[in-house]
Amino acid sequence: MQAFTRLRSRTAVIDSTNVDTDQIIPARFLTTTTKEGLGRQLFADWRYLPDGSPNPSFVLNDPRYRDVQILVAGRNFGCGSSREHAPWALVDFGIRAVISTEIADIFRSNALKNGLLPVVVDEAHARWLIEHPGAEVEIDLMTRTLSLPDGERVEFAIEPFARHCLLHGVDELGFLLSQRAAIERYEAARPW
Amino acid sequence: MSARTLFEKVWSAHEVVPETPEAPAVLYVDLHLVHEVTSPQAFSVLRERALPVRRPDRTLATMDHSTPTQSDQVFGRAPIRVDAAAQQVRQLERNAAEFGVELFALTDERRGIVHVIGPELGVTQPGATIVCGDSHTSTHGAFGALAFGIGSTEVGHVLATQCLLQRKPKTLAVEVEGALRPGVTAKDLILAIIGRLGVSGGTGHVIEYRGSTIRALSMDERMTVCNMSIEAGARAGMIAPDETTFAYLADRPRAPRGAARDEALARWRALGSDAGARFDARLDLDAAALEPMITYGTNPGMVVPITGAVPGADGDAVHRKALEYMGFHPGEAMIGKPVDVVFIGSCTNGRLEDLEAAARILKGRRVAKGVQLLIVPGSQRVKQQAEASGIADVLRAAGADWRESGCSMCLGMNGDTVARGAYAVSTSNRNFEGRQGVGARTLLASPLTAAAAAVTGRIADPREMI
Repeated sequence: MQAFTRLRSRTAVIDSTNVDTDQIIPARFLTTTTKEGLGRQLFADWRYLPDGSPNPSFVLNDPRYRDVQILVAGRNFGCGSSREHAPWALVDFGIRAVISTEIADIFRSNALKNGLLPVVVDEAHARWLIEHPGAEVEIDLMTRTLSLPDGERVEFAIEPFARHCLLHGVDELGFLLSQRAAIERYEAARPW
Repeated sequence: MSARTLFEKVWSAHEVVPETPEAPAVLYVDLHLVHEVTSPQAFSVLRERALPVRRPDRTLATMDHSTPTQSDQVFGRAPIRVDAAAQQVRQLERNAAEFGVELFALTDERRGIVHVIGPELGVTQPGATIVCGDSHTSTHGAFGALAFGIGSTEVGHVLATQCLLQRKPKTLAVEVEGALRPGVTAKDLILAIIGRLGVSGGTGHVIEYRGSTIRALSMDERMTVCNMSIEAGARAGMIAPDETTFAYLADRPRAPRGAARDEALARWRALGSDAGARFDARLDLDAAALEPMITYGTNPGMVVPITGAVPGADGDAVHRKALEYMGFHPGEAMIGKPVDVVFIGSCTNGRLEDLEAAARILKGRRVAKGVQLLIVPGSQRVKQQAEASGIADVLRAAGADWRESGCSMCLGMNGDTVARGAYAVSTSNRNFEGRQGVGARTLLASPLTAAAAAVTGRIADPREMI
């Protein structure tokens, strides 16, 4: 997993609540057996017109936002299916952080395992970000702060172990494998 | 010991290492269900790191999401139409063989939707922890199991270690009292609950469904309720096991028998939440006041009683966009809206009682001209039971397209899709934009309401047809 320490980028805004994982990547693209290349299908049904050409009114087709690494979205981003293809597609496209007032449980868990940082902020700051697309902001995972263009620093919460893994670019599997003795003890002690 | 909830009892019994401020709990997984769509990348990680599956005996694989539902493709008389799906099927066969995981392959009579076969085999048991790379794993909570969906990375974690790193969620009690009126089903109940909670009202929580209404539900109905917990944002929904649960499990092939059953029953009977156990949040609902429910928008929380009208947008841009997608306008009655496709099936409503409900309406009637009625049983066993009991004949005589089991038109991965702009009344769980096909417009409802729509070609009140 790619480490995440500090990220400075302009933002792209999807001003919509409840963006579900079927929008992030529609089910018909889940027939892949690898993680690679899903960025092309990110937001496919919003990003492309029925004839397959780019939809000029979709934010990520706007040349000004093509290289952004931070996505700002309305409440409850990533709800719905557990498909990890959603963070895979976002990361493959180049997105490294999603900012919202609320991020759905399974998506958040999947994002953290792929170097994609979920940043939850309060309603007022989210509103400001939604109203200022393209704002250049900085996310510092070390200090757990989001810095706005006027210098204001907004603290955000993150699960400490996930933060540790992100900062060091290590995955959880190594830690789980190191718990082998405890797992064996647990299995041996269980009466059923 | 202080009073504990059902969730707390199951959680603490599976803590290999309890959580600390610095690290999540290491949680043991009793049963890991695997399917072809979210597992290939997980098996690849095992291969890269030269790791075996730690407990193949606690792992069970099946094929459901991208599999064909046409008999000739299932049984090899014709090639699988979606080539990438055929590749996933072959990949799971290879992975299961290489890692020693039991697989119910395409032609196996025990195959079906992963959340339908677990219970019918009896591997879904009270007090267990159950995970699967699918958000509707919450279905198994109907048995008093702690069951939730995980991503593919976590599928790899469970394959390798039989454990997950998890923070302990909060608890939400949904208390439902009163008798459901005739024609009002478990599907209507859970849609009403989601309407009240909203699609993120359960985020961070495990729901326990409680009260006299829940106690009176059959296991099939309880599964419908728990299935859609995730549509309210809750990863898991649970119901305390009781005599209904134990009777369901009595003759299941892989449920405990004899002395093992007696021992299990003693354990299972102690699982229910203790009197006075505290929940972090609570929602109360009067079941007797409920009507059949139907969605009008693009998430499951956008739901109204079937006799209701499309709600106004009140300046909400997201609401307006949803109505635009659906081609609906505020104030329009739901009843009478034309329907092109009816889909009866899925892990929400693809069990035998769901097909029986549809047959109550379809018996002696015909599908309206121009309407496609697709009925996909949740498992091969459900299919076989419906065929043996004559239900399938009733459905076919009404003009239904009767298929082999799978997820099918719930998410359209296998080519069973709804055309752009077409209206589908569906017994599945998600009405997201494009869920059933690019540009498809989905209205979620019960099997009774779906069957009524198939017969009339319009949204209709099923209570007038039973």
